[in-house]
Amino acid sequence: MAKTKKAKAIYIWDAVRSINGSVLHNLHEDIDSLLSGGKIYFFLLIMGFLMVYAAGMFGVSAVNMGYREAYGLTREAPWGLLISTYIFFVVTSTGLCIVSSIGHVFGVKQFMPIATRAVFVSIVTIFAGFSVMLFDLDEPFHMIYSIITPNLSSNIWWMGALYGAYLVFMILEFIFLLLKRHKPAAYSGLTALIFGISAHSNLGAVFGMLHGRDFWYGPYMPIYFIASAIMSGCAAIVIFTWLGYKINNEKIDKQMEKALQSVGKLAALMIAILIFFEIWKVITGLVGSEDKRLAIFSMLNGRYAFNFLVIEILIGMIIPFIILIKTRFMNMNKLFYASILMIIGIFFMRYDLVMVGQVVPVLHGINVEEFSGLVSYAPTIYEIAISIGGLGIAIIAFLFGEKVFKGPFKGHKFGIHPLDEVWK
Amino acid sequence: MITRMERREFLKLGLTITGVSVGGGFLSVVSNFKKVFASTEEYRKKYPYKPHYTMLIRQNRCIDCGECMKACVKTNNVPGYGYRTTILERYEKNAIGSKREFIPMLCMQCNNPPCVRACPVEATYKDKKTGIVRMHYEKCIGCKTCMEACPYDARYFNDERHAIDKCDFCFDTRLSKGMKLPACAEACPTKARVFGDLSNPNDEVFRIVHQMQKAVWVLRPEVGTKPNVFYTTSDREVSDEK
Repeated sequence: MAKTKKAKAIYIWDAVRSINGSVLHNLHEDIDSLLSGGKIYFFLLIMGFLMVYAAGMFGVSAVNMGYREAYGLTREAPWGLLISTYIFFVVTSTGLCIVSSIGHVFGVKQFMPIATRAVFVSIVTIFAGFSVMLFDLDEPFHMIYSIITPNLSSNIWWMGALYGAYLVFMILEFIFLLLKRHKPAAYSGLTALIFGISAHSNLGAVFGMLHGRDFWYGPYMPIYFIASAIMSGCAAIVIFTWLGYKINNEKIDKQMEKALQSVGKLAALMIAILIFFEIWKVITGLVGSEDKRLAIFSMLNGRYAFNFLVIEILIGMIIPFIILIKTRFMNMNKLFYASILMIIGIFFMRYDLVMVGQVVPVLHGINVEEFSGLVSYAPTIYEIAISIGGLGIAIIAFLFGEKVFKGPFKGHKFGIHPLDEVWK
Repeated sequence: MITRMERREFLKLGLTITGVSVGGGFLSVVSNFKKVFASTEEYRKKYPYKPHYTMLIRQNRCIDCGECMKACVKTNNVPGYGYRTTILERYEKNAIGSKREFIPMLCMQCNNPPCVRACPVEATYKDKKTGIVRMHYEKCIGCKTCMEACPYDARYFNDERHAIDKCDFCFDTRLSKGMKLPACAEACPTKARVFGDLSNPNDEVFRIVHQMQKAVWVLRPEVGTKPNVFYTTSDREVSDEK
């Protein structure tokens, strides 16, 4: 017993030393490298800081004003842009976790080179999501009561708890990847994957279990959330890998190119699946209750029609799908552009999901004057600035990550590991 | 007694109004008897709380004077941007006779409250003794999931309290201090709001909810929340003044 303890202690000490060695030891170099880079690097960095700065200004004044004044939320539509931005970020994070696990957890070789960067960006995006969410909660410190008096029947509670565990294991996985300890990295990755999928489907269930709201209620939401997360993860991996190589002024090597092609293929598959999802959402909604039909009509020819049909479906799914198929996943730049379109589409997908669910007032069915119309909502400048700030945080953290973990992110040197050993 | 004309009017409305079912002998063809009692058999036989607080709204007595809302605002410090109780208005231009109807709304104090299930920190809870859906204001994180979950739009965010606020039948401000009625029921000049206790078979509300001659309904029964606020109409000649 004592021996194993000692061995463990030595192991941990080794781990700490090698983190020191690989990362912290070269602190000066790191700082130098943070300040060196090409035009794209500095452009993105300055943009990132400006975004965070603006978000900070607007966020602080929103806190001072009170959220009721600052945000465009109402009693009938208490969730708005901030919630959908939060969902967008955690969807992307979960998707990155799922897609990266294909390689370094389940041992599919083509997916291995993207793993380390994907895990890092996954941690970054979930932090961005949490920071946006912080500005939606009026009393975030009261979250201590989720430990003191937890409500185990609440999906929000489970989502929080599971995302907490997910974050811990993602960070562990990343540390192990840096240490080149692939076996514990794969185990942490598997655990993170399980927590991530549970957490994310719970986020879907936050909507899916609101039985007073026809548009959301049912098992569709958790499933749809996971499916769209994978598409989101694919797009994010392509974007961040492409950018990573760009800002380091390097050419994407053969192995990474192959990996990105595989990611592109998976993305195309997920687009097809999601189009299938959307089609059945619309068709089933058209024969439902009047409330649900009204919600669906708002997506087809109402106020969310442009968002849904043009941005979410055409720009976010159909055009990228055509680009991917036409280029046969070979052209890295086109793959990147397709991914940008997909990410934009997914952002609007989140927004539509949150807003269309609230567009019909819950008391619409009792035919009273007060609730005869649809609920309108427009995000205020405060909500927009804070959401953009979340993106800014993600960009800055990603850029610094690219500089600090330059070595580990390179597929051919580090990303591919003899995983056949891991699962023996 | 319901006159023939009124019955016809009822039938017309009853068929067009979603979420409200109209019962009674003549109309039983188009309605569901279970819904007349506003709850399922098993629920009706057993009221889990003592006292099982309830409110019966005699809808046709409401004249939209707004006294209930004023009393509520005063008693519970409700800010101008929110409400705990309100009066909704229905207008049916094809209705025979009166074309306007007022529907007082408040928290339904559901027996199966979606808001309580949704809250991550148990800031809102079903009071074990009285069945009132109450708030621990100090716990609320402001995630607003309960507002999304409520099928009756009964909740709002109160900036001053930094928490969600809702009707609690005036438990904090009146009932817990020995008063018998919520402010709205006391203020109503036409006695449209009758406050009562379903665990007591001699209670007026119990007797009205458990008869079959006159329709009693709840709002949005399809959601399965089992509300404790019932709606009915009241005949003027019946002297059931409180």
